[in-house]
Amino acid sequence: MSILGPSKTKRYTGAHQGLAFSRRMLLVGGAQAAVGALLVGRLGYLAIVQNEQYRLQSESNRVQLIVVPPRRGWLVDRYNKPVAINRSDFRIDIIPDQLENPEATLRLLAQLLALNVDEVDRIIRELKAAKGYQPVQVAENVPYEKYAAVTVRLPELPGVQPQRGFSRFYPAGPAVGHLVGYVGTANAKEYAQEKNPLLITPGFKIGKEGLEKTLEKNLRGIPGGQRVELTARGKLVRELTPKPDRSGATTQLAIDAGLQEYAARRLGEESGSCIILDCLTGDILCMASMPAYDPNSFSDGIGRTEWKMLSEDPRRPLLNKNLNALYPPGSTIKPMNALALLKAGVDPSATVHCPGGYRLGNRFFRCLGRHGTVDMRRAIAKSCNTYFYAMGHKIGYDAIAAMAKTLGLGQKFDLPVVSQSFGTVPDSAWKKRRFETSPKLIERPDWTASDTLNASIGQGYLILNPLQLAVMASRIASGRDVQPTLIGAHSKPAPLIGLDPEHLEIVRGGMWEVVNGDGTAGASRLPLPEIEMGGKTGTAQVRKITGGQRGQSGDWKYRDHGLFVFFAPTSNPRYAGAVVIEHGLGGAKAAAPVAKDVLTYLFDKPKAMARLAELEAGWGGTLLERNARRAAAVEAAAAATSRA
Amino acid sequence: MISSAILPTPLARLPWRLIFMISGICGFGLVVLYSAAGGNFSPWAAKQAGAVLFFLVVAVIMSSIKESTMKALTFPVYGIIVVMLFGVEALGLVKKGAQRWLDLGFIRLQPSEFMKPAIVLTLARFYELLPAGEIRKWRAVWPALLLLGVPAGLILVQPDLGTCLMVVFCGVTVMFLAGLPMVYFLGSGIAVAAAMPVVYAMMHDYQRKRVLTFLDPESDPLGAGYHISQSKIAIGSGGMFGKGFLNGSQSHLDYLPEGHTDFVFASLVEEWGMVGGTLLILAFGLVIRWGMKVGQRAPTRFGQLTAAGLSGTIFFYASINLLMVMGLAPVVGVPLPLVSFGGSAVMTVMICIGILMSLERQQRSQSRLES
Repeated sequence: MSILGPSKTKRYTGAHQGLAFSRRMLLVGGAQAAVGALLVGRLGYLAIVQNEQYRLQSESNRVQLIVVPPRRGWLVDRYNKPVAINRSDFRIDIIPDQLENPEATLRLLAQLLALNVDEVDRIIRELKAAKGYQPVQVAENVPYEKYAAVTVRLPELPGVQPQRGFSRFYPAGPAVGHLVGYVGTANAKEYAQEKNPLLITPGFKIGKEGLEKTLEKNLRGIPGGQRVELTARGKLVRELTPKPDRSGATTQLAIDAGLQEYAARRLGEESGSCIILDCLTGDILCMASMPAYDPNSFSDGIGRTEWKMLSEDPRRPLLNKNLNALYPPGSTIKPMNALALLKAGVDPSATVHCPGGYRLGNRFFRCLGRHGTVDMRRAIAKSCNTYFYAMGHKIGYDAIAAMAKTLGLGQKFDLPVVSQSFGTVPDSAWKKRRFETSPKLIERPDWTASDTLNASIGQGYLILNPLQLAVMASRIASGRDVQPTLIGAHSKPAPLIGLDPEHLEIVRGGMWEVVNGDGTAGASRLPLPEIEMGGKTGTAQVRKITGGQRGQSGDWKYRDHGLFVFFAPTSNPRYAGAVVIEHGLGGAKAAAPVAKDVLTYLFDKPKAMARLAELEAGWGGTLLERNARRAAAVEAAAAATSRA
Repeated sequence: MISSAILPTPLARLPWRLIFMISGICGFGLVVLYSAAGGNFSPWAAKQAGAVLFFLVVAVIMSSIKESTMKALTFPVYGIIVVMLFGVEALGLVKKGAQRWLDLGFIRLQPSEFMKPAIVLTLARFYELLPAGEIRKWRAVWPALLLLGVPAGLILVQPDLGTCLMVVFCGVTVMFLAGLPMVYFLGSGIAVAAAMPVVYAMMHDYQRKRVLTFLDPESDPLGAGYHISQSKIAIGSGGMFGKGFLNGSQSHLDYLPEGHTDFVFASLVEEWGMVGGTLLILAFGLVIRWGMKVGQRAPTRFGQLTAAGLSGTIFFYASINLLMVMGLAPVVGVPLPLVSFGGSAVMTVMICIGILMSLERQQRSQSRLES
């Protein structure tokens, strides 16, 4: 058999069977040994070769990091007075994994905290989506009584975590609204962009508007972490050494918080803006836009009713009028025109006769009065259109546009702001370009003499934002190439702009006369000894003059805007700025008095505050009082709609 | 063998080295269960210790059964178990759900568990009865296939793929050792490989998921692949000497599911490292080798096939579990015998051990008679 092998013809006997069994036992035993070796080999591969990797995975299973949101950096003014700070508050969160009876817990919480249906819905939604140890917010900014009520019932509320948190607080409220913006919870889009788990940590807010948004990187800080050992079901086993958070950096602003608040309060119930710059360095000392939303209430999450009221208000409290509103500058650009004329070689003593207007072909361009014979100084003081029609026509608008640009008009500044509307300084090249891109708006491609005349008195195509006017005033006041800045307090003056000091002196003289001579703003002299203000009023038409309607009466929204640019002291200019009062009828009437009081604040605070108290008594309380009343009204309205 | 001078003869005659080995494995298991409960005897270690002791005594008692008695009982017992399997199936139909056990009031019987050793004995008995010359004929195959196929089919529809596979493996091992032509095995191996896709199509969803997960566990680490990923993390993080007794974070913090039952080996290696794991595998290897030796030395064909087949049962039990836990086989729900918490696996293995001890005892007395 051994040679031939078993054949079918041969008988298979018990002896064969025993032999076959032994052979097969050997095979089976060998196979078993091989599997044994495979098992030991595999064990070695997992436990020795891949040990490092699996040890890490086991660690990351075991230890979880609970993000501790960093405290947001403060915003302080140039004297380190706080503008935006963090106020400690009480908050209630739920740790989903520790929640034992969601329904009963939520019912009790809703009752204790007076949560409305929307809020309960949100919590239920977030609890469903939550996993692991990541807390879900129930309520923030909880009043102490309610917080205490939850705390004493805590034994019945497993999984509920009352905590101390921080919320952003702006002491000046609406006065800094447009300047600093506000913070809020990151939305889905922002989270998708950054993919940072910090953004969805309850209680964490990011900058949504203004400086809070643009300075986000500096202000945010670095989150800390509570390292905890957790079971697979998220039960806390023990706390490990925590990683401390680093709060965001304090950022100093160029702003003078006191001035900012004063300016905002002084604007009162008007819709407008007030900007004051240090005309040597360009530091923006105040930049108020009113009316404004209260960033405190925005940072808590704004209600639908309040949003609706704000967005439907004709005074546009959601718009930063310093940067995002554009106005025809009116006569406020006449000092700039004068500089252009001087540069073009016009003799400042050359006179023009004003018979109440200027005839160009068969059109008569009106002046505001009959000024008789005026030179440059008188023309500025009296705001004589005829002089600037005639002189502008003489040198052509392209020369004036160049000067406008030198003084910062139509320019976009390098500022940490969310957006800037920079308007238009028209010239012949611009008009040609515009004609090509939008022929519907522009009737003809060539620059006409009437275009020059309209632009010369700050109307027509010329449209600017208030900050540009303030920069223009600063550059005229100091003769320096001032760049507006919002961050940090600077002391080094800007370099000279390269205009003839004599020319500047002539123009500043005209502006002195506007206020201190028999000019248009004589009523707004500073109530201070030895400190004088120079300025220029402007009145900008909102719509074309038709049929005797001069924008001096009628509907509020069709009234003329009042503008005023200024600097002080005239002997040695240090401050310059611009005030725009929307539909304020006129610069002298509405804007110059504001400038006067705000400048007074810089030199004599008690006097300025006394004046403000007088005014605010007439308006029905201080800004904060009126704001609180408004908030109460909003709440009442919201309650009324939710009941309905 | 311990001298008969110290112990009474029946006790001294027990294979003490094997009993020590078995006790060692069970003891190690109890230590792991103690740790898995967070350093507590309850709920697992104490209960398990009771089961181990009870079934060890049962095994020792079984070791006194004569081979002739065993032979006589084989077919009737097989028949009873098949009837019970039908019973379980019928009960499942009535209750409209998967059913694996019969509740007899005082005990829950899982008949499929008894089938693991029973199929070995039955086939061994069948091939013993078959005349040697018939082994190459069709007569040697179809009754065996029937004997194996009926219970295997019943267990498969329970559905309990793990147990079914084990019964089939045990039966096939006996058929292989009985000397059926090699062609059959190679041929059916190829056929099974070819039939895989068809089987896959017939599987339950959860079984399919397990197969897919086995092929790529990392594809779904939080879902179906969770068991196997966590098991590999536990084993891999143990390293050479482990994290130490009571220090396994995977098992203690519940990241490792079933850390006291099917995945007990992962708990063990996490705390005792490769050294502990290798020791356990070696211990199983020695027990199986002992059983295989009983088979080699057996004087009767029934003894040969039974001993080798039961060793195979223990081998398949342990190795399927270990392959599964280490990610080399799909998760089929087979516990690690003697170590995993749960009495039924202990029972099965102890029955195997008891029968093996009985066969070994008779070899010794026989050889003593012969010499």
